[in-house]
Amino acid sequence: MDLSVSFGGLTLKNPVLTASGTFGYGLEFTPYGDLARLGGFVVKGISLLPREGNPMPRIAETPCGMLNAIGLQNVGAEVFLRDKLPRLPWRETAVVVNLYACSAEEFGDLAGLFAGEEGVAALEVNVSCPNVREGGAAFGADPAQIAAVTAAVKRRAGDKPVIVKLSPNVTDIVAAGRAAMDGGADILSAINTLTGMAVDVRTRRPRLANVVGGLSGPAVKPVGLRCVWQLASALPLPVIGIGGIASAEDALEYVLVGAHAVQAGTANFSRPDFAFRLVDDIAALAAELGLDSLDACRGGLRT
Amino acid sequence: MGAGVRLIVRGAKTLSERTMEHKTCTSLRIVENRPLGGGAQYLLSLENPGWGAGGKTWRPGQFVMLRPVSWGLELTWARPFSIAQVDEGGLRLVIRPAGRGTDRIAGLAPGDEVFLWGPLGTSFVTEPETPTLLLAGGVGLAPFWGYAARHPAPANLRLVLGHTIDLAAFPLDPFAPLAGAGRLHTFHQRTMADLDAFIALLERHIADHGRAANGLVLACGPGPFLRTVRRLCDAAGARCQVSLENRMACGIGACLGCVARDAAGRNVQSCTRGPVFWTRDLAEEF
Repeated sequence: MDLSVSFGGLTLKNPVLTASGTFGYGLEFTPYGDLARLGGFVVKGISLLPREGNPMPRIAETPCGMLNAIGLQNVGAEVFLRDKLPRLPWRETAVVVNLYACSAEEFGDLAGLFAGEEGVAALEVNVSCPNVREGGAAFGADPAQIAAVTAAVKRRAGDKPVIVKLSPNVTDIVAAGRAAMDGGADILSAINTLTGMAVDVRTRRPRLANVVGGLSGPAVKPVGLRCVWQLASALPLPVIGIGGIASAEDALEYVLVGAHAVQAGTANFSRPDFAFRLVDDIAALAAELGLDSLDACRGGLRT
Repeated sequence: MGAGVRLIVRGAKTLSERTMEHKTCTSLRIVENRPLGGGAQYLLSLENPGWGAGGKTWRPGQFVMLRPVSWGLELTWARPFSIAQVDEGGLRLVIRPAGRGTDRIAGLAPGDEVFLWGPLGTSFVTEPETPTLLLAGGVGLAPFWGYAARHPAPANLRLVLGHTIDLAAFPLDPFAPLAGAGRLHTFHQRTMADLDAFIALLERHIADHGRAANGLVLACGPGPFLRTVRRLCDAAGARCQVSLENRMACGIGACLGCVARDAAGRNVQSCTRGPVFWTRDLAEEF
């Protein structure tokens, strides 16, 4: 069957992407599978300048998931463009760059660096960072700021589709999605991690040096499904489903609630060949369910 | 040997070894899980993962990530273990039950299936003619099994094992040649009060491998132990490699959860840039 999907200016050979922060720069996974077999992958969040990230410990395992507070450690845009991108099979698979900045201007400057890069298929905007100019509250919590950041990226993105990755840490995710749409987003992706914490009762210390971190993994899938369902039901923009995907069933659940594609995240840590196997497993499951294409079941939730 | 010569030798070795490196990511069955010292540690034997011809493409100091299939969705991460040895009995790992994951791994039975990827990371340097001191803190003994077995001139090796649990919990048979030659020393730290004596013991052995001897010190164990070893080696002018035991999620450089601080103040993955580092490449408080 044909697993290809096309939406928001992006065409993928199959609906499997990998989530930012769980797949390095792609190169880390080459011993375990052929990157060209993926629909695409979203690289680790990139900032204008290199970042060293947060102090250790940065990760904690939790039931059916994990917390992370890596702090966006990354090589910076210049090193990515010089040392990483040329080594990626971007002619055969979609390389999506995840952008991280701390002001709308900075987001725009960052987008401008990738707008003319042939090897970049799309830009994904991470609005979960604190806005240093506005007192440190996350961009993603304020629809007006989401719109401003999206517009700043879109203005400088050239012909690259702009994906806005939404945070679930809001009361009304549809309002956040609508703000991104108003700012000119081509595609929404949801969800980013849920803010959480873990405590060691013996040492009385938080398990993360940053105290709080982002929860991911199968534990968050119900929240992800709910958010994607709400967004896809309310807005005309295509949505990429993210959150706790650990099997082909999980991926098709996201398609049923309205997703055009999915991003596998934490499961890449549970086994490094996960995303590659997911492509095969989705094909097998679709065949078993008698689907000719994913379009045949998208949004087909019976309510 | 001067520093320049050493670098050339290291570089050449790394290049030739890289070309034969063969990582796999595969399901394996448990062959045997033998409790040691009444279950304080376990010697876990798995099917040979077939890392290239003769299974020789792994290097002592490297590790594997292991995740039992039975974990389903409940425990998210695989667990990292030093490769102790690969021989006719299969892939050998030493497990110290120390939490949710390792407790369950200690309970695996023959026939149980695990998912495993490796060999991962960097390895300990081998300098056949150099007096080499192996310092193990507890389960940090594991990589020295394969190291001692492969060393071309074992007469140049000396091993010190510091342990808090019963000595019977350690696989010491592979070190019988060292013990027979009087070059295996163990220290049982029963209380915190024993710590000073242990550090004094380390200091004496490190002094024998210091600047004058142009020796080499290789250490594996918990962080505080490694930092102490590093401090003593710096004082004695001994060249030293340490294998870090940082918590990690992926083992392949992607999650950035296991970073150590390097000498330039940068955070580097201990899974891919390590786990074995020259101490001179690490920050004071790595």
